[in-house]
Amino acid sequence: MAEVLVIVDHLDGTPKKVTYELLTKARELGEPSAVFLGAPGQSAAALDGLGRYGAQKVYVGESEDIAGFLTAPKAEIIAALVKDKAPVAVLFASSAEGKEVAARVAVKTGSGLLADAVDLDADGTATQSIFGGAVEVKSTVTTGTNLVTIRPNSTPPVEQASEAVVEQLTVEVTEAAKGARIVESVVEGKGGRPDLGDAAIVVSGGRGVGAAEGFGIIEALADSLGAAVGASRAATDAGWYPHQHQVGQTGRTVSPQLYIAAGISGAIQHRAGMQTSKTIVAINKDAEAPIFELADFGLVGDLFTVVPALTEQIVKRKG
Amino acid sequence: MNIVVLVKQVPDTWAERKLQDDDKTLDRASVDVVMNEIDEYAVEEALRIKESAGDGSEITVLTMGPDRAVETIRKALAMGADKAVHLSDEALHGSCALQTSYALATVLGTLDYDLVICGSESTDARLSIMAPLLAERLGVPQLSGARKVTVSDKTVRIERQTESGYDVIEAATPTVISVVEKINEPRYPSFKGIMAAKKKPLTTLTIADAGIAPDQVGLAAATSSVESFSTRPPRQAGQIVKDEGDGGSRVADFLASQKFL
Ligand SMILES: Cc1cc2nc3c(=O)[nH]c(=O)nc-3n(C[C@H](O)[C@H](O)[C@H](O)COP(=O)(O)OP(=O)(O)OC[C@H]3O[C@@H](n4cnc5c(N)ncnc54)[C@H](O)[C@@H]3O)c2cc1C
Repeated sequence: MAEVLVIVDHLDGTPKKVTYELLTKARELGEPSAVFLGAPGQSAAALDGLGRYGAQKVYVGESEDIAGFLTAPKAEIIAALVKDKAPVAVLFASSAEGKEVAARVAVKTGSGLLADAVDLDADGTATQSIFGGAVEVKSTVTTGTNLVTIRPNSTPPVEQASEAVVEQLTVEVTEAAKGARIVESVVEGKGGRPDLGDAAIVVSGGRGVGAAEGFGIIEALADSLGAAVGASRAATDAGWYPHQHQVGQTGRTVSPQLYIAAGISGAIQHRAGMQTSKTIVAINKDAEAPIFELADFGLVGDLFTVVPALTEQIVKRKG
Repeated sequence: MNIVVLVKQVPDTWAERKLQDDDKTLDRASVDVVMNEIDEYAVEEALRIKESAGDGSEITVLTMGPDRAVETIRKALAMGADKAVHLSDEALHGSCALQTSYALATVLGTLDYDLVICGSESTDARLSIMAPLLAERLGVPQLSGARKVTVSDKTVRIERQTESGYDVIEAATPTVISVVEKINEPRYPSFKGIMAAKKKPLTTLTIADAGIAPDQVGLAAATSSVESFSTRPPRQAGQIVKDEGDGGSRVADFLASQKFL
């Protein structure tokens, strides 16, 4: 069977859930080989999970040169692998970095690229959702290797134990790929909760939350559901919540099973980042707020009473 | 310092956007068009870099698009850019992102630049890959997703938003930068700026003028093809209830009915 490359999206070695989703999808197209690129020693944390989700091989490239420069070294290594292995497809996570690396690989290998797929058929046809979810497009790559970036939560990850035979790659990054050096990585996040892109449930707060302290009740609701916390730009710009939690056109694009928006009006730029969520719940005191046009369930009320009451109900019902 | 700012004309995000039935490309003719929002931030950042350098830097606006994209060019010139290049040719219609990057890189190759600045994404395609595509083609460093840019002599530093915080990234000029909307607050063109824009140099290029190979661009040669598309029915209007003191339980009931509890 044909080989399918799955580029591992990981945090310090631990694969993100989306990697397992990609492996699950890849099995429909052929035999999945995972490609792990990171700093020296990081792959140790990944191998187990990659095998559990069906990776037959794991190509491992570890080097300070991979971790220390933006996208170009990774693209170089993946492009070389593509030329060497001639896979039927290469799957990337649709994160900012995943798309950027894929774009460079496309140029290097003379291939077409389908970005932000929400589904991928066994024959390589990708489904993309455009114009804020209003139109669904089915596309295929017509030139070179099939390169596809897939959004997190597009498919449920399913285990299927496999060998995960490790093959070490010799990493030699050219000087040309070392143009953009990562001088410093600053972690600003609020740890302990699922990653926004990966989470099955997202609870977001907006200007209606009123202050940084107000996010306490949003976090409590999120924790009762095991959810990630998001925010509108109004809330991140005001400094109430860290920027990387912004959902929307210029923040993260999420498509969880459940999205709860509290005190968010539903501006077009916010919708762009959450419109493909499966189920949407809105809590807003203004019955005319545009977010209600999207909501499967809308509650017109004051979030300061509704959100804590909801959290209490959830905790009670979950026992 | 020479700065090239890339701007794109896009359908207004509030307008109803459609694909055309015949060739499955975006219907750009029947909608209101505006400058891609984030590109205004790119123009603003270029102006700020020029102003703080105070060294007679020159800002060139580059756009690829149909004739009426000239409106978008005028806006960037009215904000303060010095001159413009408009790549306009029927043969470019239907080009995919990869081909667009080839066309833009070809034109950039004929210009003298230290910095190329663009917006992080366009509201119509939403791919966020133009900066890496151009960096790859031009063989220069990529500084993408910048929420802050500092230029000192030949070194450029940016703060790039990441999923867990931000990275500080450094590169030497020439380099391609893409900016996010956190970076600044774009200025409005002044009346004087609008008048002055009409007199600023504007070069219009066909693909032949630019040396772009006709078999490398356009719908027929696109690296991916749209097989079919369907308009999703608008989301079914949901159930909206007013809080009567039992709002928390009402939402919990809904979540339970959907098996989230
Ligand atoms: C280039 C560009 C990019 C952008 N990118 C993004 C983006 O990525 N993400 C994003 O979110 N925005 C983005 N925006 C901003 C966007 O246009 C809106 O300004 C923003 O989303 C508004 O945030 P909000 O809904 O929290 O605030 P508002 O629009 O002010 O809405 C607040 C809502 O809270 C409700 N409310 C107030 N008090 C209460 C209460 N006690 N209980 C219940 N409800 C209450 C109000 O009724 C109102 O509906 C962008 C804008 C531009 C120009």
